[in-house]
Amino acid sequence: MEENKAKIKQFLMRFIRKPDLDDDDDIFALGFVNSLFAMQLVMYLEKEFAIVIENEDMSLDNFRTIHRMLAFIEAKTSAK
Amino acid sequence: MIAIQFEFTADQYERQCEFQAFVDSAIIPYAGRHDKEERICPEVLETLRASGYLGAMLPKAYGGMGLDYVTQGMLNEQLGRGCSSVRSLLTVHGMVALAILRWGTKQQKDDWLPKLASGEAIGALALTEPHAGSDAKSIETTAELTDDGYILNGQKKWITMGQIADLFLLFAICDGKPSAFLVERSCAGFTSKAMTGLLGARGSMIAELTFDNCPLPTTSLLGQVGTGLSHIALFSLDYGRYTIACGCVGLAQACLEASMNYASQRRQFGELLQEKQLIQKMITEMTVNVKAARLLCYKAGYLKDVGDPDSIMETWTAKYFASTIVTKAASDAVQIHGANGCHSDYPAERYYRDAKINEIIEGTTQMHEWLIASQEIRSYHVDSR
Repeated sequence: MEENKAKIKQFLMRFIRKPDLDDDDDIFALGFVNSLFAMQLVMYLEKEFAIVIENEDMSLDNFRTIHRMLAFIEAKTSAK
Repeated sequence: MIAIQFEFTADQYERQCEFQAFVDSAIIPYAGRHDKEERICPEVLETLRASGYLGAMLPKAYGGMGLDYVTQGMLNEQLGRGCSSVRSLLTVHGMVALAILRWGTKQQKDDWLPKLASGEAIGALALTEPHAGSDAKSIETTAELTDDGYILNGQKKWITMGQIADLFLLFAICDGKPSAFLVERSCAGFTSKAMTGLLGARGSMIAELTFDNCPLPTTSLLGQVGTGLSHIALFSLDYGRYTIACGCVGLAQACLEASMNYASQRRQFGELLQEKQLIQKMITEMTVNVKAARLLCYKAGYLKDVGDPDSIMETWTAKYFASTIVTKAASDAVQIHGANGCHSDYPAERYYRDAKINEIIEGTTQMHEWLIASQEIRSYHVDSR
């Protein structure tokens, strides 16, 4: 879990100007996300964690915070 | 440690030779006609269907060729070398097919992907409207949800292959949010009007589409309401941009080859044009720019093949560079041909008109300049904090 968290944070830091981004900070509410970044994030999560993000997974709630992303990855990988 | 490789696999090399031979024999002899008649000849469409290339981007499970992105790039480069209109067909058709593959339900995939792979159905992207081009969020077409499904109303304009497409990936506002729909040509209330007089890529069979109270089943929604632009259109346009960039490389290569052929035969002041240094300068610039653009395309294709998120910006970069150098290459090709470059007896004038189109479609040059700079500035400030 900690390793995954570090990986996600490292990816987000490439695009987000908030070094102290908290695990529960809402990246949408903070205004960091445009549609291009959303697409990059989906590609990153799919590649890094070997998951396929389906239509039904596209709820913003799955990607809103680092914690939510971790929970989503956990759910996807355990469902395999 | 050696990390960078510039070698194709044996299969990629074979495919490249195959595509080149196909374009030489089945596309180039018709390119002038496509331009003059403002359509793709029916016999070329049949040849394309038989070739399997309309399914190049789809997995074998759906009847496609299952080509990797680098190899698809080679195919689009060769088609671009032969005929920009045929390349544009593969671009819009692939955008629809890949959107369904990525975001479609099982039923949508089963219904459409085999037909798109075989070419039994031709796909086209219906995004642009009379008042919404680069500003896609301003589309005015609406899809209203009723008890019986959706009711579609609106107009689309400049739709490549709109004259012949069987299936449109259409974007409309639904419940106040941009959404994507699969719309069949046969749906009630649909009409199309051919548009002629295009500057270049004149065989692209563009059309204006009108949807007048078209009833759509609820199963025609692709993805979720609200994800039409942010996910589906961006995904499709990314593929479109990649194929256009590769097509530009092919067209620039055609400009270079035509220029070298002409310069090796035309004599002025007692010597061949190819001996003249000002001609050599133009040929050098074409050569170097084609090679650089090709490398950018290969890099974008490779990153797509490995699923790297950087592939998106690398594709913007490749398309920006390739589409700007091809207009310069085509302009120089006309210049080298002199008066002959201004007449349809030689292909240079067609290349010149076709080249410019690439600076407009799938994001204008200026949209690329804005986006690439914005992303680069953003990354720079994040990296240097």
